[in-house]
Amino acid sequence: MSVQEALPLGGVAAGQPDQFRADHVLVAEMVKPGSKVLDVGCGEGDLLQLLETRGVDGRGIELSREGVNRCVAKGLAVVQGDADTDLVNYPDDAFDYVILSQTLQATRQPKVVLENLLRIGRRAIVSFPNFGFWKMRLQLLIGGHMPRTENLPASWYDTANIHFCTIKDFVELCDAIDVKMERAEALDLYGRPLRLRMPWWVWNLFGEQGVFLLTRGGRK
Amino acid sequence: MVGVQSISSPAITADERSHEVDHPSSQVAQFGAEQPLRLDCGVDLSPFQIAYQTYGVLNADRSNAILICHALTGDQHVANVHPVTGKPGWWETLVGPGRPLDPSEYFIICSNVIGGCMGSTGPASINPATGKVWGLDFPVITIPDMVRAQAMLIDRLGIDTLFAVVGGSMGGMQVLQWTAAYPSRVFSALAIACSTRHSAQNIAFHELGRQAVMADPDWHHGGYADRGIHPHRGLAVARMAAHITYLSDAALHRKFGRRMQDRELPTFSFDADFQVESYLRYQGSSFVERFDANSYLYLTRAMDYFDIAGDHGGVLAKAFTGIQTRFCVVSFTSDWLFPTSESRALVHALNASSARVSFAEIETDRGHDAFLLDVPEFLDISRAFLQSAGKARGLTAKNA
Repeated sequence: MSVQEALPLGGVAAGQPDQFRADHVLVAEMVKPGSKVLDVGCGEGDLLQLLETRGVDGRGIELSREGVNRCVAKGLAVVQGDADTDLVNYPDDAFDYVILSQTLQATRQPKVVLENLLRIGRRAIVSFPNFGFWKMRLQLLIGGHMPRTENLPASWYDTANIHFCTIKDFVELCDAIDVKMERAEALDLYGRPLRLRMPWWVWNLFGEQGVFLLTRGGRK
Repeated sequence: MVGVQSISSPAITADERSHEVDHPSSQVAQFGAEQPLRLDCGVDLSPFQIAYQTYGVLNADRSNAILICHALTGDQHVANVHPVTGKPGWWETLVGPGRPLDPSEYFIICSNVIGGCMGSTGPASINPATGKVWGLDFPVITIPDMVRAQAMLIDRLGIDTLFAVVGGSMGGMQVLQWTAAYPSRVFSALAIACSTRHSAQNIAFHELGRQAVMADPDWHHGGYADRGIHPHRGLAVARMAAHITYLSDAALHRKFGRRMQDRELPTFSFDADFQVESYLRYQGSSFVERFDANSYLYLTRAMDYFDIAGDHGGVLAKAFTGIQTRFCVVSFTSDWLFPTSESRALVHALNASSARVSFAEIETDRGHDAFLLDVPEFLDISRAFLQSAGKARGLTAKNA
């Protein structure tokens, strides 16, 4: 399987049914081949494995011991660690990209984590579930209960996600801490990018998750 | 080992062991006057010899060599029957056909450390200057000294870069020293249940063991060999104390509980009423059959002195600056001798150096000794790490 076959430009999920998650394919597409990448909250290493097929020098941090051990047993360079406490150990500019995939909302200090991502990495790629997604809004508005979706099935009392935000919230945070967006994508419920250029409020309503390629701003 | 009154005398005579000291049933590399071993204490040790075992075949590129570093009471007999005890190799869970370190794939080397007295020069060897056993005249050695001697052996074997250096406990210390001293000669490093420095608690346990040896009247200030005796009582007590630190409360309880040894009721004496007592006495007396008491003093001392950060201005990360070696660090949840926190400190330093590192903590109640036992998750991780490194090194894995 060549990289080109794996990563068609449009309709990313098509042709790659079960092998890699659509949002992972999109993230991998944002990474230049041959670069050095840290995946924070790498789970069982699926994204790192995908990146390795692109000749990326990938490393991972994962909170759960089971996840770490599965990654290491796949031959991946993964260590047990916590995004909130362990990113400080990494030096400035250690990586070309630092990836935080579906993990931001589970950190205690998302702002500090985001700042660390862009200190360690020249670029950061952040994806998170959009709490402004219409289904979420509808459940709160009509159902009157905390939203649950296919991708976020946990109840409020046992979820690890303590800092939900909307795409709009995230855009505002990036602006506040001088982070520049090089690229932004919203994905639908099936992980397919909403390819059309649309205003933020549309993405904020119809994007089930957001994926952002970030770099340091130039204000300071 | 049933119901012994006190620690029994060794079943194997001192002759059998002492024959291995200078004339081992292993291959030996001799280093003459032109190649002294520069020791950290300032002494040039010369001549000296290193005994070693090898398994498998070195490939044409000389790129498949793995060095195994043994722990405090280990030796070079990693995967063959021990010449003194007749027992299987000490790491046959990891090394052997179909195992993560398969001799059909790798050229595996294990040498007895300098001071180890199983064929490598140490305090039980004959001092060529006097014609007598070195005893306490042998210079104090360090972990870096052990590694320097291993590097000379690797040179002698015509190997430039080791595909991997692998070891647990004191062996893990040597692995880390290899990467700090010879980063370009180590392609990958598997450091298990170890630390970059010996903790105060561990130094304290070692001091307890040394004092037990020295308190034995047969020790004679290290001069027992000339008298044809061995301080086996003191050494056995040292081993018993150390052995407790290799296990865990849960493991001891599971294995022995409060069960009695061949009796229903307590004898109201100091006989070994409990199974755990009997077990410890057996561990003590079987150890003295194969280990030299002075060697135990020297090797424990070497571990005590170990502190990589101390050798690099107190900053551990400086020891690994710019290192290209691929690391795998493994710890065990119930290991209280080298707890996970020690491995984590190492991993933080490696991260700060941007080194490529994997770190797994294995859940087990078997304590420090877990690295020597059949712990499938540990073995799977070791295998995967070496296979992944092998791919990067261009080795073709047979059992991938």
